[in-house]
Amino acid sequence: MDALIEKLKGQIIEQLNLAEIKPADINPDAPLFGDGLGLDSIDALELIVLLEKYYQIKIKNPADGKMIFESVRTMAAFIQSQGKA
Amino acid sequence: MEVFTSYHNIISPLGFTTKENYSSVLADKLCVKTCRYGKLNEQFCLSIIPDEQLNVASRQIKDALLYSKLEKLSILSIQDVLDRSRLSFSDPKTLLIYSTTKGNIDLLDNSIKQNIPKERAYLFSMANTIANYFKAVNRPLVISNACISGLIAIVTAQRLIKAGQYENILVCGGDLVTEFTVSGFKSFNALSQNPCKPFDSRRDGINLGEAVATLLITKNKNKLERSAMQIVNGASANDANHISGPSRTGDGLFQSITQTLKNNKIKIDTISAHGTATPYNDEMESVAFERAGLINIPVNSLKGYYGHTLGAAGVLETVLTLEAASENQLIKSAGFSEMGVSGKIEMITEHKKANINTILKTVSGFGGCNAAALFVK
Amino acid sequence: MELVITSYCRIKNNRIVVNGLEVILPKQDIPSYFFADAYKHFEMNYPKFHKMDNLSKLGLIATDAAIKGNDFLQRNKPEATAVVMVNKASSLDTDRIHQQSINDKNNYLPSPATFVYTLPNIVIGEIAIKHKLTGENLFLVCNEFDAQLLIDQAQITFSQETRAAICGWVDYDNGNADALIYLVEIADDSIKNTNFIPLNATTLNQLYK
Repeated sequence: MDALIEKLKGQIIEQLNLAEIKPADINPDAPLFGDGLGLDSIDALELIVLLEKYYQIKIKNPADGKMIFESVRTMAAFIQSQGKA
Repeated sequence: MEVFTSYHNIISPLGFTTKENYSSVLADKLCVKTCRYGKLNEQFCLSIIPDEQLNVASRQIKDALLYSKLEKLSILSIQDVLDRSRLSFSDPKTLLIYSTTKGNIDLLDNSIKQNIPKERAYLFSMANTIANYFKAVNRPLVISNACISGLIAIVTAQRLIKAGQYENILVCGGDLVTEFTVSGFKSFNALSQNPCKPFDSRRDGINLGEAVATLLITKNKNKLERSAMQIVNGASANDANHISGPSRTGDGLFQSITQTLKNNKIKIDTISAHGTATPYNDEMESVAFERAGLINIPVNSLKGYYGHTLGAAGVLETVLTLEAASENQLIKSAGFSEMGVSGKIEMITEHKKANINTILKTVSGFGGCNAAALFVK
Repeated sequence: MELVITSYCRIKNNRIVVNGLEVILPKQDIPSYFFADAYKHFEMNYPKFHKMDNLSKLGLIATDAAIKGNDFLQRNKPEATAVVMVNKASSLDTDRIHQQSINDKNNYLPSPATFVYTLPNIVIGEIAIKHKLTGENLFLVCNEFDAQLLIDQAQITFSQETRAAICGWVDYDNGNADALIYLVEIADDSIKNTNFIPLNATTLNQLYK
């Protein structure tokens, strides 16, 4: 799980062009949206693209994203639950 | 100086003239159809002008093979307005303004075999090709400002005429449905699989549509046709909030409307809203209308018939509303049945007669832009 | 009313000139590094910058450079400040990237963060957001830099409501960044302490040269 979390941090930084943020700056339990990383609605859609690009996971209902993208840890748990880690 | 709207044309799956479009809309015909979009092999609800229809109409274009689909549609639409207004682009006081978001964007797709030079993916190159067909002496002006392009093209035309540069300006707006736009809006989860439902509680996204519309703007009173109205004022404004998410407070649209209506304590008889049928956009519009005190005024969105025609939308929706106003007709907002926005607005639920002397047209788009314009008989 | 230019920034061949003075950046042949260096140089401190497409980065840098060190934003109300831009390639640089992402049916991954930039006026939106400007917007497309077109459009945009504007040419195509962005204000007392220059075709062509 920890290895997946570290890998995910790097992928998020790359996919969302968070050029001024390093993996160590991301707390895996902090909320991705709102104050934390300052992500917006386009970033939320990009995270869906990220899951498809790196993990071949398609999210059919974008409303599901809310729970999946709560934090890096919830994302990692979701990827594992899909057997794609 | 007074500046007026005059002759116009709409080309859509509902027909190749404003008249055909107007009577089809009053007969509740929709352009948008749920279909399997081959290129994505998925179901969407879109409005696409069939090639067969275009091929028949294109027989009147000289050397039609030299032109792309959008160029042909634009030539036909402009020709109709030139013929009826007896104007010519050989007159230095007559200008073409072309409004589009993506123009010939399908030229980037190498899998489509076309004999059109790739250079014409440049918007100016496309507009210039159209202007050259009509042997225009003035270089066309091209406006590409997302979904507000068409309406700010009309406002720009009014301002240029007021400034004395031109006497007649044909504003032509056009955009196609392409894999480019369908895949992009799909990545935004913005496309509905069913005919869109602007302002309705069950609205779930837009339909993309293709259309071309042309409207003559003129100061010459001897060039006015029966649906002519004065363009009193217009304004645009930016939300300065987010490049794709509508402002929650409707600030930009509110500012466009209040600047447009400024000194006019005039009664608005109807509002032709933007109404894309995305949850956030329609909510934002309703909030802005209420803030501007525009309650109890009949509102419609024409997206339920045509889908979102992007760069054509502002021109097409203005033209259809002008035609309806000349018949004192309010057009039902297709797709609407149950109020789904918080701002107090009054949707038009049936086609009905009413005295229409003033129209407020509004639009909003990506990049946080909004615009409004006021038309008076 | 007489309109004047109170500040400008010219970017061409990865060189930046602000009000006649060249800004020295480390030499970079690759545009993305050039943008990153300019971002650092002007201390933009705006992480969203890195998410933008080339056209928006170019417009934002040129606008920031033109605004930095003067009171343009203090002198003018946000709702009275228009943004009027012209270019040749509209958003084709980003359009090509989006098209690439859908060319291969087995690797079909259109990105919403790319698609949103496939409209040229997004650069106006980005400038408006960064500087909180809520005035008029207009994006025009022309085959070449045309000073008279820019002047005409500025003049018809100024009104009782619009008293200032950020105007100019901002084009990004095939790796070439080409921008001239300038601040337009009314020649009255409020600008008497600036080194303003007249807004006419001769000066614009000189600045663009």
